[in-house]
Amino acid sequence: MLNKTIEQLEQEFQAKIDAEIKIEPKDWMPDAYRKTLVRQISQHAHSEVVGMLPEGNWISRAPSLRRKAVLLAKVQDEAGHGLYLYSAVETLGTSRDQTIEDLLSGKAKYSSIFNYPALTWADMGAIGWLVDGAAIMNQVALCRASYGPYARAMVRICKEESFHQRQGYEIICTLMKGTDAQRQMAQDAVNRFWWPALMMFGPSDTDSPNSAQSMKWKIKRFSNDDLRQKFVNATVPQAHLIGLTLPDKDLKFNEATGNWEFGEMPWDEFFNVVKGNGPCNKKRLRDRNTAHDNGAWVREAALAHAEKRAERQRKAS
Amino acid sequence: MTKNEALFKYVTRIGDNSLILGQRLSEWCGHGPVLEEDIALTNTALDLIGQATSLLKYAGELEGKGRNEDQFAFLRYEHEYLNCLLVELPNTDYAYTLARQFLFDHFNYLMYQELLDTDDKQLAAIAEKSLKEVTYHRRRSSEWMIRLGDGTQESHERIQFALNDIWEYSGELFEADEVDQMMLDAGIGVNLAKIKTEWHKNVAEVLEAATMTKPQDDFMQLGGKNGIHTEYMGYILAEMQYMQRAYPNCEW
Repeated sequence: MLNKTIEQLEQEFQAKIDAEIKIEPKDWMPDAYRKTLVRQISQHAHSEVVGMLPEGNWISRAPSLRRKAVLLAKVQDEAGHGLYLYSAVETLGTSRDQTIEDLLSGKAKYSSIFNYPALTWADMGAIGWLVDGAAIMNQVALCRASYGPYARAMVRICKEESFHQRQGYEIICTLMKGTDAQRQMAQDAVNRFWWPALMMFGPSDTDSPNSAQSMKWKIKRFSNDDLRQKFVNATVPQAHLIGLTLPDKDLKFNEATGNWEFGEMPWDEFFNVVKGNGPCNKKRLRDRNTAHDNGAWVREAALAHAEKRAERQRKAS
Repeated sequence: MTKNEALFKYVTRIGDNSLILGQRLSEWCGHGPVLEEDIALTNTALDLIGQATSLLKYAGELEGKGRNEDQFAFLRYEHEYLNCLLVELPNTDYAYTLARQFLFDHFNYLMYQELLDTDDKQLAAIAEKSLKEVTYHRRRSSEWMIRLGDGTQESHERIQFALNDIWEYSGELFEADEVDQMMLDAGIGVNLAKIKTEWHKNVAEVLEAATMTKPQDDFMQLGGKNGIHTEYMGYILAEMQYMQRAYPNCEW
């Protein structure tokens, strides 16, 4: 390998990707590929962990024992996803401590959707159905990403996410079959989460600077706009089926393309939330920092105890 | 008190212990000291909510007023909840949470082990399922007591302080009253005096390994088993019952 030029290595790397051969941790890879992956996977990991907060907010108020248990299990799954993804980042040479430090300092980003508040029980339905639903569109595509550890983590995550989406839709369906107050609660949640969910796919491809390179590296397989359209096409009939309206006066079915065409997305709001001005940006980061700081003595104790035990075993042997 | 009334109270007490501790533990979800602990605490909370569901369903049947597990779990008044005071204590920090869990898990384990032989078939079935879960809870909280007790100076001080502080709530676990006596005589309930001795022995072993001091039994706080709770309880219920109270008679 030492005798090869960077150009040769890059050519071989791209040839492997073109041949659908997975890139593994010990393989040579361009620095930019590694950096892109670290950024993307760690953002995804942070989204899972920060995403625990809005739903965690409703566990203690879940309206039935079954709903409480399902919600607990769901948030627990998200912690698990965070763990797989932090491990995937570690295979690229960045430690979990460093990755988490970047989240806590505000340097790293996470999905902006979690900077919106979960205000009612119906939000548990809307988050599962729309937010997890949008996430799955992205994640199913990522199961075929060129980086092996990421693709494999995604396969596992997708199985659980599709369960999350179903339980979210089921919450909304139950509300729509209920009283006027329940139906209103469901409609209100959908009104608030619809546009932010659509914007989870990211800016339009023409405004997404990294998209072309990521497509070439097969980290990304479909454009933001294609995935968004796929999500809208899948979701609109689900909404109509149970009597929900969507907050878009321009939404209409195009017979010729088979697509549900939708109106202008509120990108100003999106970028405002990304910049840190969403309703919950400060709270989410504060909650993560508080948990981390309050847990410091526990983590230190666990390490100290493990060292003591190892030392005692060394002496005994 | 008829035998059925005593059984109803007996099952309600066990079910409420699980319900309220599960509720308390679930407050940690998303706020644990490290992701692995977030998952483990949530697991314990899930087990306890599952146990509460079976037990409160059964209690609702015994009550005979046609209440299902949710109506029973969410729509009673505070004095109708019969959990021991220990499980309603606030999480405070990881030391208090673990000390509470440790004392309770050791009790719960011994209780379910005894309940395997109960003459009440439904209770026996619940005990069999729960014992597997509680065996793990007990191992986990004991290991954490050792880690924190024999960890750093700070962790040692924190866990010892928490244990000393809540020790006065441990006595209620073994405080036998008419209900316990009737259930013991009927071959249904456990012998609290017997498991108390074992509990002290087991707890002492773990605390020794944790380089901690076992607090002396002194004055013990009682009341929860008879519906007289701490000031914390009202807030737990206000939160837990919120949806059922705000939107009565709905399906969720």
